[in-house]
Amino acid sequence: MESREKMLRMYRYMLAIRQFEHKAGDLFTRDAVRGSIHLYIGQEAVAVGVCSALEPGDYVVSTHRGHGHCIAKGGRLREMMAELLGKATGYCKGRGGSMHIADFGSGILGANGIVGGGIAIAVGAAFSAKYLKNGRVSVCFFGDGAVNQGIFHEALNLAAVWKVPAIFVCENNLYALSTPFRDAFAIEHVVDRAAGYGVPGCCVDGNDVLAVYEAAREACARARGGGGPTLIEAVTYRMDGHFRGDPCLYRSKQEVEEWAARDPITRFRAKLIESKVASAEELAAIEDEVRAEVEDAVRFALESPDPSPQDMLNDIYA
Amino acid sequence: MREITYAQALREALREEMKRDESVILIGEDIGIHGGAFSVTKGLMEEFGPERVRNTPISEAGFVGAAIGAALTGLRPVAEIMYVDFSTIAMDQIVNQAAKLRFMTGGKTCVPLVLRTQGGAGRGNAAQHSQSLEAWYAHVPGLLVVMPSSPYDAKGLLKSSIRDNNPIIFIEHKLLYATKGEVPDEGQEYLVPIGKADIKRKGSDVTIVTWSLMVRKALSAAEILAEDGIAAEVVDVRTLRPLDTETIVESVKRTGRCVVVHEACKTGGFGAEVVARVVEEAFDYLDAPVLRVAAADTPIPYSKTLEDWVIPSEADIVSAVRRVVDG
Repeated sequence: MESREKMLRMYRYMLAIRQFEHKAGDLFTRDAVRGSIHLYIGQEAVAVGVCSALEPGDYVVSTHRGHGHCIAKGGRLREMMAELLGKATGYCKGRGGSMHIADFGSGILGANGIVGGGIAIAVGAAFSAKYLKNGRVSVCFFGDGAVNQGIFHEALNLAAVWKVPAIFVCENNLYALSTPFRDAFAIEHVVDRAAGYGVPGCCVDGNDVLAVYEAAREACARARGGGGPTLIEAVTYRMDGHFRGDPCLYRSKQEVEEWAARDPITRFRAKLIESKVASAEELAAIEDEVRAEVEDAVRFALESPDPSPQDMLNDIYA
Repeated sequence: MREITYAQALREALREEMKRDESVILIGEDIGIHGGAFSVTKGLMEEFGPERVRNTPISEAGFVGAAIGAALTGLRPVAEIMYVDFSTIAMDQIVNQAAKLRFMTGGKTCVPLVLRTQGGAGRGNAAQHSQSLEAWYAHVPGLLVVMPSSPYDAKGLLKSSIRDNNPIIFIEHKLLYATKGEVPDEGQEYLVPIGKADIKRKGSDVTIVTWSLMVRKALSAAEILAEDGIAAEVVDVRTLRPLDTETIVESVKRTGRCVVVHEACKTGGFGAEVVARVVEEAFDYLDAPVLRVAAADTPIPYSKTLEDWVIPSEADIVSAVRRVVDG
């Protein structure tokens, strides 16, 4: 069993993601967030389970559904929310928005608007860690949709051949936008592909934060020990649509309700109380603190100034 | 001064920069013991080891992506794409990732990546191994595009590119590798700045703006024209992005006439950009329409007869210059 402190931190991060996403969704509905927004609600256990196994210097490469990865890796809510609102104080000074948040100081090498676009980049970060002998690992998150992009094949093979400290985390939320997993794969599990690259793989319950954490810890140990990459498939479910406003015509209400019953936060909360790690009162106090932090982030973002076009032109070339 | 080939000059640039800076690594297909498809990296794996001269599987998108990731995290990779035609396979990584990462993240990172590749026709490699795709890359904010024509420029520009903090598309020409030119001795350090054109021949009657292999054809055309008393100035832009508009415009203001020559096909070619800038900034100085000499709008054919017909020749350049000079 992990330390109490660690488990409560996991709970806090999962809650922060959930509440941040609810606020972001509200702000999108109110037109304060532009473009499109892909919420992480329902998948919190994956980002938090994996990032809880990482060191501060380790790298994370994220996706279009990336807010959760960023928060779990230590991204600051204020700068994230300000970026969603396109403000000068945002992580990317309003250049990137929801799909491009990065925090290089926290090892967050960036979300990505191209499905699968970050997988090879993560391999390169893992290579530099190996070359520079800095002991870091590089984690790449991606969805089941990305697994059918060509770059997935190229990147996994390259990582395996070069034996770099990379951890590939497929968040299988059962739909690539509207396309169900069974229509896009002729195999049972994403992880079945691991053998094709000579890479160890495992499939975990992506709604069980401790199960994800254990799998990530094992993969980290392998990577840091020179054992090369691992493919983890975390089976989960996004409770919101592909994007906010998605009518979700492709899945049944019943299915959504079944997955709601497996909510990762509710489950973890029950477990913490049942195993006497924390009392309901203690958890409620954490919930209040997180709510205040998210509200502070929203206030900070709303009060922040817009960026200036002149300043923007300096960021194209180094 | 000693004379070495364009390929040797590139190899020296790689070797000198790898000696100078341990963060410089090479990534690409068959660049190890094979020494690269055009022998540019020959001997470097033996000298620097397989950790730094990294052979890859045939995975252009994969290894360009890996080079980007390495560039984001402290290394200065030089990735080699064997033919510029194959860069199409890595297009997402080049255009959506490398070019935009700095901008999208608010200028908080940079991608010090050199993507060496080679293009051009003339060897019967046909339509998928002979293209000139520089205009595509010059169209993307965030990328720099470098195309040296001589061994001296090749070495100096490659060294500058490796030290630059931006993603650079460095396009060599397959017919230039064996050409020779004067280059200072190895160890006698010099750099050629990115974004600075070079006047390869002075002249007062007409400005020929060109790059890569076509610089050599323009210089031979200028010799022929000189016999008729026409003094052509040959401006080698050397880098397409950033383009040294100042040198081009200053030359056109002196000569009053301009012909742009490139090996890529005409429609949507980078020549259109050069012509537009000349017209925008030197219209009042022009004594004749600005002309383009470019390849025909066709895929590159295999047969020598057909290939020669498609690619601009000295005669095509001479005839275009005569048109603008004689009116």
